[in-house]
Amino acid sequence: MADATLQHNAAAAHGVAGEYEAPLFGAYSKKVGMWLFLASDSLTFGALLFAFSYNRIYTAWPTPFGKESIINATIMTACLLSSSLTMVMAVFAAQRHDSSKTRLWLLATMVFGTAFIVLHGMEWTHLIHEGLSLPAFPKPAGQLDTEYAKISKGVPQFAATFFGLTAMHMLHVTIGVIYLGVVALRKWFLPILGVIYIGAYFAIPADNVFHYAVHALLIGLIVSAVILFLKPKDYDAHDVEVSGLYWHFVDLVWMFIFPLVYLMSTKI
Amino acid sequence: MATSATAHAHAGPQGFIRKYIFSLDHKVIGIQYFFLALTAVFVGMFLSLLMRIHLIAPLASLPLVGEIKPETYLSLLTMHGTIMVFFVLTTAPQGGFGNYFLPIQIGAPDMAFPVLNMLSFWTTFVGFVVIIAAFFVQGGAPLHGWTGYPPLSAVQSAGPGEGLGADLWITSIAIFCLASLMGALNFLTTTLDMRAKGMTMMRMPLTVWSWFITAILGLLAFGVLLSAGILLLMDRNLGTSFYVPQIIVNGQIMLHKGGSPLLWQHLFWFFGHPEVYIAILPGMGVTSQILSTFSRKPIFGYKAMVYAMLAIGFFGFMVWGHHMFMSGMSPYSAFAFSLLTMCIGVPSAIKTFNWLGTMYKARIRFQTPMLYAIGFVSLFVSGGLSGPFLAQPVLDIQLHDTYFVVGHFHLIMGVAAIFGMFAATYYWFPKMFGRMMNESWGRIHFFITLIGTYAIFMPMHYLGMAGGTRRYSQYTEVAYLQKLMPIHQFMTYAAIITIAAQFIFVINLFWSMFKGPKASDNPWEATTLEWITATPPPHDNFGGVTPVVHNGPYEYGVPGAARDFVMQTDPPVASSGH
Ligand code: HEM
Ligand SMILES: [Cu+2]
Repeated sequence: MADATLQHNAAAAHGVAGEYEAPLFGAYSKKVGMWLFLASDSLTFGALLFAFSYNRIYTAWPTPFGKESIINATIMTACLLSSSLTMVMAVFAAQRHDSSKTRLWLLATMVFGTAFIVLHGMEWTHLIHEGLSLPAFPKPAGQLDTEYAKISKGVPQFAATFFGLTAMHMLHVTIGVIYLGVVALRKWFLPILGVIYIGAYFAIPADNVFHYAVHALLIGLIVSAVILFLKPKDYDAHDVEVSGLYWHFVDLVWMFIFPLVYLMSTKI
Repeated sequence: MATSATAHAHAGPQGFIRKYIFSLDHKVIGIQYFFLALTAVFVGMFLSLLMRIHLIAPLASLPLVGEIKPETYLSLLTMHGTIMVFFVLTTAPQGGFGNYFLPIQIGAPDMAFPVLNMLSFWTTFVGFVVIIAAFFVQGGAPLHGWTGYPPLSAVQSAGPGEGLGADLWITSIAIFCLASLMGALNFLTTTLDMRAKGMTMMRMPLTVWSWFITAILGLLAFGVLLSAGILLLMDRNLGTSFYVPQIIVNGQIMLHKGGSPLLWQHLFWFFGHPEVYIAILPGMGVTSQILSTFSRKPIFGYKAMVYAMLAIGFFGFMVWGHHMFMSGMSPYSAFAFSLLTMCIGVPSAIKTFNWLGTMYKARIRFQTPMLYAIGFVSLFVSGGLSGPFLAQPVLDIQLHDTYFVVGHFHLIMGVAAIFGMFAATYYWFPKMFGRMMNESWGRIHFFITLIGTYAIFMPMHYLGMAGGTRRYSQYTEVAYLQKLMPIHQFMTYAAIITIAAQFIFVINLFWSMFKGPKASDNPWEATTLEWITATPPPHDNFGGVTPVVHNGPYEYGVPGAARDFVMQTDPPVASSGH
């Protein structure tokens, strides 16, 4: 329940003394705000999953994922599950005011998150090479349009929902990693992010979608810089807890996507 | 607890930019929203004027725009609807008045997240610029109506305006979704966490309740529209086919294949129906507040009002299918949607009953805010009565996509919500700008607008029943509609007069802002917290103190009290009403 020191931090933050009613859900504002955001975000994902199911019900759905894809996706799932564990450890450490441990656990979480993104990116690239792609993605040299039809069994909705859903989720994981980076390292995270951005941009060949998608990191860099400029403060246990809520939510979403998109489309 | 608050901690920011442009003060942000919506409403109104003129004289050459071609008519219609629904009906009542008065009415110094609040205004602003830009790009504004039904909206080559214009349209809506989400988050957290001592949930003014419930709806509905919009953008630009079946457009077979336009309709109306309540709920709140104040009586059935709004919000998410009776849905689903839709009639009727009960046997003060609040009730009833008709699948087969629907939603959502805004403006103007608005001009404005509104939208019901379809450009070319042309002419003349009358309002607004008589702190002798503070309120709303609340929000005519009203911060009295 709400302990007295937390109770009115919302009002106290504005520098006005006085008594307030106890918050309705006994939580400080930032936490309430994050819960509300997650409620809304779950409807955003809910709508995408609805679109997916809607298409899936009305079409003979292909089941193209072979062993490698499933193994890969399982490892990705393991990464996310581990990252949730390290996130919990980070929150515990923050509550003990052990800031160096907090930072370490946060970094561990970020490493797992990044591993997830990289594995996912490789998976995408692999599938695109096999022919599962969207008309607008850059075509790898020598690929025929017919192969595209082959893997998706002539159901273009398959590729569309696959890339749509997973891209949205990948975006959330990326935002999460940046978010945790800012909480863990504050402004020192910005140059690191910059280096990752430039490195990734040059390392990924131009006929790969991620060559373009990587600009999301640049946007993240700018947004983080603005936020850090506006609120150049140390992040406390509350901030870690709130970022943890976000992170667990993103993991949870994957626990829907993994069975729905992958397991239900395993090659049979 | 924070006892060490220092005097300078809440001194306002200095410098023009931090004070008026990128302000973190919810009051300034509220006024920014208000003026954004005012600009938008004039743009939207101008478009409707062009449409009305075009409808009675399709071939006339108009000043400024020349002859309006059928496709131009469709762009006007799209932009009119979109601007009105998003940038007026969603922006002013919630972003404008809600932002200004929600923190004050609960006794808070500001919103919970001021930076987020500022961002949400500027994001809305960008959304507005983006949608206006659609007029000026190659091909012009899109044609697909405010509901954006695919395949028209999903295929670039489907018509002029469906290229870049449609991309800007959908981008603007996505931006608007983000802004509304930020706003909703802020409203909810503020209401949950920042109520002054004694301001229990059941002592909140009904305005606060209405903004709170609107924010819940916004939080849950805009996320869905955002997803739907992203998928539409993918269909348009990445070649996917979520919404597009295999079709032929302009004689060419599209590469799209296998999608379903109905998917969009489901997602859109899952947002769309709650959206109509997002537009109207704040108006209900303001009306309750004003009816009670000017009747000098407690609101009739405060708790019933709160539960009715919650019920409306709850059912609002389960009835989207009533917009899709004609889509070939199973009769069983149609029956379910129809039944659930009728259920919403019950809380709506409860509210109406309570409003009338509040006015019953009261010594009513007929000042402009009160007139507009009564006008709101009137429009809500006249517009609401056609709802249960439309909710019958059998009747809807005849009425769907006719002027009957246009009449229904303009009365109940369009103009009723606008009347709510007018009521709010006349009511809160003294607090916001420190001066009174002119009463006589206010009344003249009210009567012309009320009669004009009915003159424009009532005949539409008849037109619709007679088979007058909506979204047509040249009724003069349709034989069986020829006989109905006099009705169209009548509506156009009524529209011209009503639109002209709105200038009375604007002139009154700006004139009073500078020249009106100075307002006292509590000109309407009302009870809620905004009336205990200075006019206009200081930067932290209550000058460094936090009010302590002892009474409910509508303590009028309390037996034994010194005055006929008891402020929320006055010493406690035995509750008189509910
Ligand atoms: C008792 C209450 C109500 C009922 C039973 C009801 C029923 C309906 C039905 C069945 C339709 C679909 C008609 C069609 O397209 O064929 C409709 C359309 C509409 N209603 Fe209502 N309604 C009610 C109240 C409201 C309220 C309170 C609002 C707004 C604040 C509203 C706004 C709209 C709008 C905007 C549309 C048309 C959307 C479009 O096609 O562009 N309605 N209503
Ligand atoms: Cu509806």
